[in-house]
Amino acid sequence: MKMSRALAILNGITVVAVPFAIYMALVQAPDAINIVPEIRPAQRIIYFHVPSAWTSMLAFLVTFVSSILYLRTNKLRWDIWARCAAEIGIAFTLAAIISGSIWAKPAWNTWWTWDPRLTTYTIVLLLYVAYFMLRSAIDEPGRRARFASVYGVFAFLSVPITFMSIRWWKTIHPVILDPTADFGLGPGMTVAFIIGNITFTILFVTLMANRVRLEWLSERVAALHDALVEGDTLADWQGEGVSPLASPQA
Amino acid sequence: MSRYFHVIAAVLWKDVRTELRTKEVFTSMVVFAALALLIFNFAFELRIPNKSLVVPGILWVTVAFAGVLGLGRAFIAEKDKGSLAGLLLAPVDRSAVYFGKMLANLIFILVVEILILPLITVFFNVPLITLPLLLILLLGTIGFAAVGTIFSALAVNTRAREVLLPVLLFPVLLPVLVAGIRTTIGLLEGDPLSDHLNWLQLIAFFDLLYLVVAFLTFDYVVEE
Repeated sequence: MKMSRALAILNGITVVAVPFAIYMALVQAPDAINIVPEIRPAQRIIYFHVPSAWTSMLAFLVTFVSSILYLRTNKLRWDIWARCAAEIGIAFTLAAIISGSIWAKPAWNTWWTWDPRLTTYTIVLLLYVAYFMLRSAIDEPGRRARFASVYGVFAFLSVPITFMSIRWWKTIHPVILDPTADFGLGPGMTVAFIIGNITFTILFVTLMANRVRLEWLSERVAALHDALVEGDTLADWQGEGVSPLASPQA
Repeated sequence: MSRYFHVIAAVLWKDVRTELRTKEVFTSMVVFAALALLIFNFAFELRIPNKSLVVPGILWVTVAFAGVLGLGRAFIAEKDKGSLAGLLLAPVDRSAVYFGKMLANLIFILVVEILILPLITVFFNVPLITLPLLLILLLGTIGFAAVGTIFSALAVNTRAREVLLPVLLFPVLLPVLVAGIRTTIGLLEGDPLSDHLNWLQLIAFFDLLYLVVAFLTFDYVVEE
């Protein structure tokens, strides 16, 4: 399957956007003035940390919606979307946890603390690790997709808790998106912050598009393999409309 | 509608009667809970200045672990004896089967709680048997049984069924567990229940949410 033009353009945009966001975050954004000078460089983690966290939530939302769509329509496409988004979500969750930890060392003088925000976020990570454990424990593809979808729905129920945790609990984690506090960022910082978030969202869409494409390809390779094992030859498939080489719009 | 409740009651009664005859699940849950309490007692006894600091955690961890033990059996026994297929072939709404099973699990866990509450009171000398605390425990257990029952049905059809259930269950139950432990801590410190109404609402909200989502998705879990 050739890469579609839309995907190529999307990849191109991401290749340009990511260095631009890095430039905005590391060079263009001013130093934070209301904190001690030693941790000012560390403060710049916000341009990566918050977008990573936001993107992970977005990814898990995609898993949630795709899971519902799978259960409703029974179409393989939505199961692929759900698992691809969950995978990317785990990657961004790890990025957010690790970048937060690097910031916490100078800011809180510790890599890790059992703060509610950190704890609930780690649980979110475990939720989606469990999602893949469930997947790997089921052999039959239809059942695997169905069960994973049910779990994908349940798993998302506790994701909003993470988001709300810094508002409900006494926590030392800063609240960035507080409508009453005007972001807590200066004007130059806000621009870099917003660009960072947009870029990470684009990055997510790009990763998702590529990952979904890859997954379609591997599904079709598997289908072809099964067909060949059953004794069909490739020539048998090529004449038919139902060929696994046909368009993936199942 | 009354037929629907009839089915729920029939499934519930079937499970209770099976359990009364074998006492398989119940015995293992109670013995496990007692063992857990003893181990906690050894772990904390000599170091903690004030036992009410650790009792909320001990209570909820013991209930959660003993509960997951019982939940695991709920469908494994049915599956192994082949009676699950019969249950699902019955010409009734499957969500009624879910609610029957869920209520049976709820009752089993509640009975275990009724037994371990006095034990904790004795072992740790902390007054646990108060009306607000029982209310919190009841609400938490409803959420636990609601998610646990459907996940038990999920896990029974997988390869690593007994290992998988707690891994699936505990992260999803986090909101209920956290709210339950927070409220228990507050109550043991002498706060009135009205100080913790937001947590109470949170548990009630999640109970409802879990029940609704389980009601909507149970069909997909037992579909063959």
